[in-house]
Formats: sequence, structure tokens, C-alpha cells
Amino acid sequence: MTAPPPHIEVESVTLAYGDFVIQHDLSFRIRRGDVYIIMGGSGCGKSTVMRSLTGLLAPKTGRIFYDGTSFWEMPAHERARTMRRFGVMYQSGALWSSMTLSENVALPLEQYTTLSPAQIRAIATYKLALVGLRGFDDFYPSEISGGMQKRVGVARAMALDPEVLFFDEPSAGLDPLSARLLDELILELRESLGTTMVVVTHELASIFTIADDAVFLDPETKTMLTTGNPRELRDHSDLPKVRAFLNRGAS
Amino acid sequence: MTPAAASMPALQAELGPIQDGRATLRIAGGWQIHDQLPALEPIASRLEAASELKSLGFQADGLTAWDSGLVSYLTSLIDRCQQRGIAVDPAGLPEGIRGLLRLAYAVPERQGARRTKKSISFVQQVGEQALALTRSTGEIMAFLGEAVLAFRRLLAGQARFRKADLWLNLQEAGADALPIVSLVTFLVGLILAFIAEAQLAAFGAKIYVADLVGLAMVIQLGAVITAIVLAGRTGAAFAAQLGTMQVNEEIDALRTLGIAPMEFLVLPRLLALILMTPLLAIYANLMGILGGAFVANVAGDITLVEYFIETQKAIGWNDLIQGLISATVYGAIVAVSGCLRGIQCGRSASSVGLATTSAVVTAIVFIVIAAAVLTLIFNALGL
Ligand SMILES: Nc1ncnc2c1ncn2[C@@H]1O[C@H](COP(=O)(O)OP(=O)(O)OP(=O)(O)O)[C@@H](O)[C@H]1O
Ligand SMILES: [Mg+2]
Repeated sequence: MTAPPPHIEVESVTLAYGDFVIQHDLSFRIRRGDVYIIMGGSGCGKSTVMRSLTGLLAPKTGRIFYDGTSFWEMPAHERARTMRRFGVMYQSGALWSSMTLSENVALPLEQYTTLSPAQIRAIATYKLALVGLRGFDDFYPSEISGGMQKRVGVARAMALDPEVLFFDEPSAGLDPLSARLLDELILELRESLGTTMVVVTHELASIFTIADDAVFLDPETKTMLTTGNPRELRDHSDLPKVRAFLNRGAS
Repeated sequence: MTPAAASMPALQAELGPIQDGRATLRIAGGWQIHDQLPALEPIASRLEAASELKSLGFQADGLTAWDSGLVSYLTSLIDRCQQRGIAVDPAGLPEGIRGLLRLAYAVPERQGARRTKKSISFVQQVGEQALALTRSTGEIMAFLGEAVLAFRRLLAGQARFRKADLWLNLQEAGADALPIVSLVTFLVGLILAFIAEAQLAAFGAKIYVADLVGLAMVIQLGAVITAIVLAGRTGAAFAAQLGTMQVNEEIDALRTLGIAPMEFLVLPRLLALILMTPLLAIYANLMGILGGAFVANVAGDITLVEYFIETQKAIGWNDLIQGLISATVYGAIVAVSGCLRGIQCGRSASSVGLATTSAVVTAIVFIVIAAAVLTLIFNALGL
């Protein structure tokens, strides 16, 4: 029996800002419905990898495939259509500051569905409830805390029930209970809707709870060190750097 | 959407009969946000109308596809049921939906978080506007007072700001504004001369074009035009810079460091405009006079030498000083309006836009008022 084709495939990709190479020779595959973790030290280029996966930064060399089609070689309008199936939560929140939380979540729905305003509002309320923000619909982003802004970012990313969800450090700045709720949400979405999830995170507890597979980026050699399930990497990896990272420095 | 969607059974929600205070909602078909969803109202109002109803169950055997479209429909329905005290039993729903519903209700609503919209009567609106006006006057006064104090600390050598900021602001407000100031004032001089030439030629007094253009530019127009250009160019930039810093909490970061934004941000900008506006105004006067000379020379057959001798005779030191004092005052007005609106900016992208607009409007309003007041003062002094 052959394995199903990967949902996302990264093939010898090099990422750079101008001449400044951030990561080179990245190759990994993300299966449909997996929770895939991108991990590595601060500043190693995790957010940059996410930018190239979500259509914001073209790789210098190499290709990225979605369902076997090369993402960066598509005509622009087709790439835009592919991107519509993504939900992205940015590291800094990136909420629209002049819209209420409900309007932030509703905007994608208004643009891409034909639902009535009442139905859109109901969906926005439900998405906010999923991230623990029931009743905060009419607040503005500047009126809520940093951790709450993070969670609204998650709710907005989920607005259209995308096929792929990208989360950049979703649990940074969250209390342990909210962080656990978020992990449960990630697993539940994967379970019930079959969403593929690409998550950048440092939180070890969260990594071991949710991850199916992961890639480890290294800031020194500027490339990936390994891929695999983090629990197995923690216990069996022959790379000291990876074991140290996953064991908090203790080996 | 997809060809498969067409052949899928139509989505439906049907409320069964109520037996022993219990009713069952039968859900079938494909419920996805990219298709149409049924309205909540018919079912919700029937549930609320049925007074004997105690609990609601579900039957979802016919459900073919679902996503947030269905779950949000259910959460809205459950909210309505809870208000009416109807118990909801999710047992009949698929596993995945139950999981999502559990997560959606895992965190109870925080008490007092929800906002209710209040309607405001006309009288109250007028009252609030009046109060806002006095409040904003107070704020402007307080800002001016603080700016004066910061100036005093500057003279005492105690003000805390970066010299590099001052140089940058001097360049941006001064040298970088030369092209636009040249263009506008040259054209104004040109237009003035054109109109004057046509009128004065009838009396054979063409040479007085030089007096008219020269005096108009030097006493008032040079300074006013420069100030209005600066309000649109520099004052707006100040408001946008400080407003964005306010949005990003950069001003808070300065405050907690013990650095007064008034000294660190406002003072260099205020100084830059107070120093640069008179210089630009002198330059503007020259450009205006050049524009006038050009027209007089081309259309009126007056030589450039004649024109400049006449201009020199017409303009006295008192006129020049009036113009320079006005320019300095206008420069201060532009800088204060820009910085004030920037610092008052709210916390969103649209409030940066409002701050910028309001900076330009405030500056222009106060420039016009100042022009009138200064003219009265100069008249009284007999300048
Ligand atoms: N717009 C940019 N232009 C130039 N260099 C950039 C840009 N954005 C990021 N970088 C550089 O790319 C590198 C990787 O940045 P990136 O934000 O991807 O790191 P990260 O792994 O997400 O870090 P963190 O865990 O702290 O979020 C950094 O060294 C940074 O200096
Ligand atoms: Mg990052």
C-alpha cells in the first residue's frame, strides 16, 4: 500500500531576505490532517518559513507543493485561490485595530461567503467562544490583553474553516489553562474537520501533546537538523542539540 | 459549489413534536459555510413559544457534511434555549460536534464583559459635544503649558532629547520642503502680478506691480503660504509619527523610562519648525517676487532692474519683521497642532488617520486666527 501524497511538500528551499540567507536546503513533507511543528531557537527563521508557506515570501531557490502543485510557480490568481484555503495566525496578532473582535473574525466570512449578517455574527461569536472569549465580541483589539489578542488571532485564522491552519507561537503569553484549552482545540479541529496544522511553538508541553511530526531548524548551520515525532526525537535522537532542546538543556 | 454539493440532499432542520416536555431537532443534509444556511429564527421562536418544552435533543442521522456553519447554528440555538431554561442534550450529535460544543462552552462568559448599546438623545448629544469642546480647549491649554515648561528646561540645558532627532527634523521640515514651497510661492507671485498688471496698465501705473507683489508676499502671503504647506507636509507627518508611536505603545515605553514625550518627541519638532518656518518664509518671499518680476518683464515690458529697484523702495524693514514674526508663530502653531493630535491619538489605525486630518485642520484654523490677531497687533503698534 502506498502512502497518500503529502498535503504540503517543501523541496530544497532556501529562504533569504535580499542576500541575507535565513535557512537553506529545507526539505520536509506535511501529511494531510497532521499537526506539524516547526521548532528551533529564537531567530532561526521559523516565522520566515511560515511566510514562505503562506505566500508572503518567495523562496530564493527550491519549491513548495500544495497537493502536488508548485505553489510559487502558479499564476498569481491561482495562488490567491490556494491562499484562501489557509488560515494564518501571526506572531504579533496583526488584528485590524479599527474593527471590533467580532468584525475581525467576520471579515473573511463577509468577503468569501454568502451568509446573512446574522449568521456571520453567530459564527464570529462561536469562534470567539472556542478560544475562550465568549462575550467579548464588541471589544476593540486595544481594549483586551496581549494573550487575548493572540487568541483572537487564532479565532480569525479559523473563520473560514480553512484546510490548513498556520499558527505562529499561539500559546506564547497564555496562562497554562488557556494554553491547554488551545491544545485541545487544535486536536479537536484536526479530529473533527481534518484540518492540517502547521504550528510554530517553543512550548514543550504543548509540542508533546499535539505534535504528529516536526522539523527542527538550527540557527548556526542555517538549515534543518532533523524531522520526526518530537517525543521520539526527545528520547532517541542522535543529535545532542535536538535532545537538549527537547529536554530543556538537561540530557 | 462543487458538483458533489448539487447531488447532496438539501440541508434541513426540522423540529419534531413535543412529547413529555421533550422535543427532537432533526438535522440533515450538508451544512457548510460556503453554501446557504437556514435562518435560526423560525425554529428558535417555535422553541421559545412552546411553554411546556423542558429539554431539546438532536437526531443527526441524515447529516452528510458539516463545519462551523452547523456548529455556530447550534451554539446560537443553545444560547436561546439557555435563556428560556430549556435543557439541551447533545447526545444525538456526532462526536466531533460534541467536542467542539464542549470547547465552545468550556470557558464561561466573563461577568460584565458584554456591552449593551445605549441610545443617546439629541439633547444629551448636544451637551456631550459642548463638554467635549471645553475639554479639548483645556487639553490644548495644558499641552501649550507643558510645551512652555519643556522650552524652559531646554534653555536651562536640562531638556532630554536626541540631537540627531533635531537635525533630522530640521532637514525634513526645512530643506526638504524647498521644492514645494518654491513651486507654490512662485506661482502665487506670478498670478498676483498677472492680475495687478492688467488693472494697473489702465492707469499707466504698471511699475506698481512690484510694490503690490512685494508687499503682499513679505507682510503676509509668504508666511501664510509657507505655513499652510508645512501644515500639510510636516504637521501631518508629525501627527502620523506620534500617532503610530502611540498605537505601538512606544510613547508608553518612553514614559516608563522616565523620559517626557514632551521633551523627547515634541521639543525637537517644535524647535525645527520655529527655526525653519521663518527661513522658508524669506525664501518664499523671494520666489514670489521672482514670479512677479517674470510676469512684469514678459507681459509688462518692465526690466528686471527697474522691478527690483521698485520692490526695494516699497518694502521696509518693518514689513520684513512683521512677516518673520508671523512665520515664527505659524511654525509653532503647525508643530504644536501636529504633536498634540499625534499624542492624543487613540490605539487604532483609523485613529492615526483621524489624528493626521485633525492636525492639519487645527493648524490651518489657528493660522488664520493668528494672522488676524497679528495684523491687529501690528496695526496697533503702528508697524
Ligand atoms: N523583513 C526582514 N528583513 C531582513 N531580515 C529579517 C526580516 N525579518 C526577519 N529577518 C531576520 O530573519 C531571521 C529569522 O527571523 P524569524 O522572524 O523568522 O525568526 P523566528 O525563528 O520566528 O524567531 P522567534 O522565535 O523569535 O519568533 C532573523 O535573524 C531576522 O533578523
Ligand atoms: Mg517568529
